[in-house]
Amino acid sequence: MATSPTIASMEPQPAANLWRRLRGGDEIAYVITCTAAALILVITALLVFELYSNSGPSRGMFGFGFLTSQVWDPVNDQYGALPFIYGTLVTSAVALVLGVPLGVGAAIFLAELAPPKISDALTFLIELLAAVPSVIYGLLGIFVLVPALKAIEPGLRALLGWTPLFSGPFYGVSLFAAGVVMSVMIVPFIISISREVILAVPSDQRDAALALGATRWETTWDVVIPNAFRGIMGSVFLALARALGETMAVTMVVGNDPKIKASLFAPGYSIAAVIANEFTEATGQMYTSALIELALVLFALTIVINGGARLLVAAGGRNKS
Amino acid sequence: MTPALSQNFDFLNFRRKAVNAVMLSLTGLCALIAVGILLYILGYLFIHGATDLSWSFFTKLPTPVGEAGGGMANAIVGSGKLLLIAMLIGIPIGFLGGVYLAEFGGTAFSFIVRYTTDLLNGVPSIVMGIFAYTVIVLPQKHFSTWAGGVALGVMMIPIALRSSEEFLRAVPLNLREGSMALGASRARSILTVVIPAAKSGIITGIMLNLARVAGETAPLLFTSFGNRYWSHGWNEPTAALPVMIFTYAISPYDDWHRQAWAAGFVLLTLVLAINVIARLVLSKKKHVAR
Repeated sequence: MATSPTIASMEPQPAANLWRRLRGGDEIAYVITCTAAALILVITALLVFELYSNSGPSRGMFGFGFLTSQVWDPVNDQYGALPFIYGTLVTSAVALVLGVPLGVGAAIFLAELAPPKISDALTFLIELLAAVPSVIYGLLGIFVLVPALKAIEPGLRALLGWTPLFSGPFYGVSLFAAGVVMSVMIVPFIISISREVILAVPSDQRDAALALGATRWETTWDVVIPNAFRGIMGSVFLALARALGETMAVTMVVGNDPKIKASLFAPGYSIAAVIANEFTEATGQMYTSALIELALVLFALTIVINGGARLLVAAGGRNKS
Repeated sequence: MTPALSQNFDFLNFRRKAVNAVMLSLTGLCALIAVGILLYILGYLFIHGATDLSWSFFTKLPTPVGEAGGGMANAIVGSGKLLLIAMLIGIPIGFLGGVYLAEFGGTAFSFIVRYTTDLLNGVPSIVMGIFAYTVIVLPQKHFSTWAGGVALGVMMIPIALRSSEEFLRAVPLNLREGSMALGASRARSILTVVIPAAKSGIITGIMLNLARVAGETAPLLFTSFGNRYWSHGWNEPTAALPVMIFTYAISPYDDWHRQAWAAGFVLLTLVLAINVIARLVLSKKKHVAR
């Protein structure tokens, strides 16, 4: 059976040829999968376009002053984003201050000290922690964390009350509570990524340091960590990007007060929280478009930080190989 | 070595050893705290949620404030409908895109697609909600199950794509070569050899993805909105389990708080069960998609 067609045999029957090519399906498969891939670009472009065009009225009205104004007054249609940007950054900062040492410390233990079997088992559990939905953290935040914080508040105040950060009245719901909940949420990310970059540090580096008489800790701190530093920073930035966009848990414990106060004990607000709370109630075009502009700001913020984090993790990976 | 010096050395060595011991135990403590938090969350929810759970939770509609009893049957069905739409949108696009990157990739276009996918993955869920709102709710002028499903579906795409790509790539090259050497076209070998080889990995990846969006609340707040009653068809607002937890938790009623705990218990059990099963399947394979 002659299967390889010559040019002469193809010419009289173009239909059969087309049929054969379609039966092979390479073109079809290519077109279908490529369309799906292109669809992702279309969706992302549409996302940016929708955010940009629907925030038009607010951008036109307030300009860049939107980012620096502290007024959030739906009654008089005056909108400024600063209290929300401030709250978002402060709660994220609290989350990082608490979460990074905890996460990196645990990652060091899991990668350097724990026997592989125990390390794998604990990592398995910690990755489950990452799967817990945000609204569940919020639920526990309201009913467990906030009362607990009220209980330890006098101690905190005695210890750190002299700083403006821990002054003023404390009602439980606060920037501080939101930061604590978020720190718990980002720790699994920091642990699982940091553990992997630490494990990827070549073992001759450790052996060399240990052979020179360094203790286990000195080896870890002076040799392994500097080697894995970029990857760890990457994990921290990824965690930060997640913290910035965190909505439900923050909404439930942050206190929802659009004011800028120095104290972490004061209730605050975050970009994601104000959108979650006010979007369905927003009446009037300007109100809605101001909230959409806030979403645009949040989008830009997380894109920049995510992009940076991915570059860091990628660079860290290249460094080692 | 003079006695003084050696004493000094002893002291230095002691200090180094002490620092070593202290710091190493501190890292152990960190790991313990992280795991402890998980166990605490599980324990607390199980004790609280399980006691507040009753059969009517699964079979009855929410009751008006002040009236005891009632359940969240409509929210459970609503969540199921939302996830169905999300799967129908997220999985085909993500999977086919993953096939493209793994099998036809290596071009500048595939680099752009991969980078954009990572960006899309980093978009906060509340922003996805705004997106679905502007695209579907705004033109339709009412909240709907569709809008919520689309929001969740778009959120599924990036992870569906990256996990499919990863598992397809993990299929050894000789399988493809063997198939093509037998005369199969490229498309045919992808369809009958490569995809079946990566099947279990891809399916578990999708399960994990589904578990993740099942707990999403923020994108549903102003797309599927919420509903105290049954939602008919696909064009009405619908209740969803995570949104119910949120509204019930921030309400001032003790009765609603108990329902919130029960709902939290159901949601968490579902999400963790899928995760445990999927991860156990995955750990038998080498690659774990994240």
